Amino acid sequence: MDLVTPGFGLVFWTVITFLILLFILKKFAWKPILGAVNSREESIKDALAAAEAARREMENLQADNEKILQEARNERELMMKEARDIKVKMVADAREEAKFTTEKMILQAQEAIQSEKKAAVAELKNQVATLSLEIAEKVVKHELSNKDQQEKLVQEMLGKATLN
Amino acid sequence: MNLRAFRTLFLGVLLITYSAVKAEVTNTEQKEEKKFDPKEMIMHHVKDAYTFHIIDIHDQSYSIPLPVILWTENGLTTFMSSAFHHDYHGKEVVEKNGGRFVNFHEKIYQLDAGAATLEIGADEKPVNAHKPLDISITRNVFMMWISMLVLFLIFIGAARKYKKSENFIPKGIASFVEPLVLFIRDEIAIPMIGEKKYKKYMPYLLTVFFFIWLNNIFGLIPIVNGANLTGNIAFTMTLALFTFVITTFSGNKNYWKHIFWMPGVPVPMKIFLMPIEIIGIFTKPISLMIRLFANITAGHIIVLALMSLIFIFNSIAVAPISVAFSLFIIVIEIVVTAIQAYIFTILSALYFGMATEEHEHH
Amino acid sequence: MTITGIAAIGAGLAAIGAGIGIGKIGGSAMEAMARQPEMHGKIQASALILAAFVEAVALFGVVVALLQG
Repeated sequence: MDLVTPGFGLVFWTVITFLILLFILKKFAWKPILGAVNSREESIKDALAAAEAARREMENLQADNEKILQEARNERELMMKEARDIKVKMVADAREEAKFTTEKMILQAQEAIQSEKKAAVAELKNQVATLSLEIAEKVVKHELSNKDQQEKLVQEMLGKATLN
Repeated sequence: MNLRAFRTLFLGVLLITYSAVKAEVTNTEQKEEKKFDPKEMIMHHVKDAYTFHIIDIHDQSYSIPLPVILWTENGLTTFMSSAFHHDYHGKEVVEKNGGRFVNFHEKIYQLDAGAATLEIGADEKPVNAHKPLDISITRNVFMMWISMLVLFLIFIGAARKYKKSENFIPKGIASFVEPLVLFIRDEIAIPMIGEKKYKKYMPYLLTVFFFIWLNNIFGLIPIVNGANLTGNIAFTMTLALFTFVITTFSGNKNYWKHIFWMPGVPVPMKIFLMPIEIIGIFTKPISLMIRLFANITAGHIIVLALMSLIFIFNSIAVAPISVAFSLFIIVIEIVVTAIQAYIFTILSALYFGMATEEHEHH
Repeated sequence: MTITGIAAIGAGLAAIGAGIGIGKIGGSAMEAMARQPEMHGKIQASALILAAFVEAVALFGVVVALLQG
């Protein structure tokens, strides 16, 4: 029975002691300790956040670099393609031109040949006409002297003239 | 510590304890006429006392006298407890400030006017004396103040270390204190009270935890054994009362609503639950008080009872067994010191959490 | 039988009840920890709290016994 009866004296001193303890420890121990722990945790958290941000920035930068590189590569490819196209076009153009020129030249040559031929034929005709006239003159002259001979001459002349 | 060193230490402790017990056994054998009463011995160890008793050597008691402070009808009366000359059977009468005082089983009685000696009735209670208002510095109060000084030394010392180092890296005593403080914060305060409100209760929880723990440990030290502060119901009652007061004053609307008009149950059930919840307000601190008191007292009683076996059987042969058993119990008690401090703190935190909880609708 | 004897029996009965209760809590906590070792800390804390609640009831019995003894 005695054991479970609280004595007033101890209750009194416990209240006083505990209040003093609580007050002094709160002011001089818990506040500094918890404050230090908190600010350390804050600084660790901040440092981690900064590291994370730096990492993300780095990643962004890398992605940017990659993008720029890709763009450059694309551009180069485009330029190469253009150059190739131009080359092909130039070659084709040259070929076309050459072909056109040749054809034109051939045509001109053919025309020239044709006109030469016409001229030659006309010349020949003239000469044949002149020759015929000369023959006719000679025949006429000869007939006048000898009939047989005239005949023979005409025969001869005609024989020669059948060439054309 | 390696195993061999531990074994040597263990044997050493066993030998020292054994020889101490042996000396006491021979001592009791010398004065055969005094019969050993284990109940009286245990009760005197477990209860409070007016002197800080250290050791008995050859019938000579060595103790620190402590001041007795009484409030009688003649005003404040103080004298040193050494005036009783180690008597606690009410035989030594101290006259002071117009009153006559005796120490009867570590309670101070004031003899009624006209009485010269204490008369004890049939029920072993004083007949012609009454108890004055007693606020003496007993050994428990003395021990409490020592523990207060130790706590100041440890924690203010630790806090100083933080001020000195600019990176807040714990060094020395701070590296011992910090994990414990963080344990209270992260394992007790935050889960029980919640991230938002725990800060307000941290000083109380920390103080109560270390105060109880240190005094539990002090209660186990043999030389101050008997300064059984945490096993004294007055002490545990006071701490439980603090928890009760804080819980009651920090109770929000929700808390009181859950007590008087439990939401979410039918009306007859509300009426039925109300008295149970009201009783619950009081049983919580009472169970806190009784748990700590009974656990610590029980531990002390068991250790002392095992030791008493030697004197009950009056033979040295029992000594190794009872020393081994009480050593075993003391090792368990070392764990219990921490567990009981932890449980007192976590339950206090739980009650604060219940009082401040914002309920979602359920 | 004296009142002290009856009080002692009462304390013993209270201890039996608490023993069964705490034993069940301890057993279940062990099982839970074996199943989920990662929840070790939380289970231990709740087991201790529950054990404290069960123990409190038994300690009321002990205190009643002390009142009589």
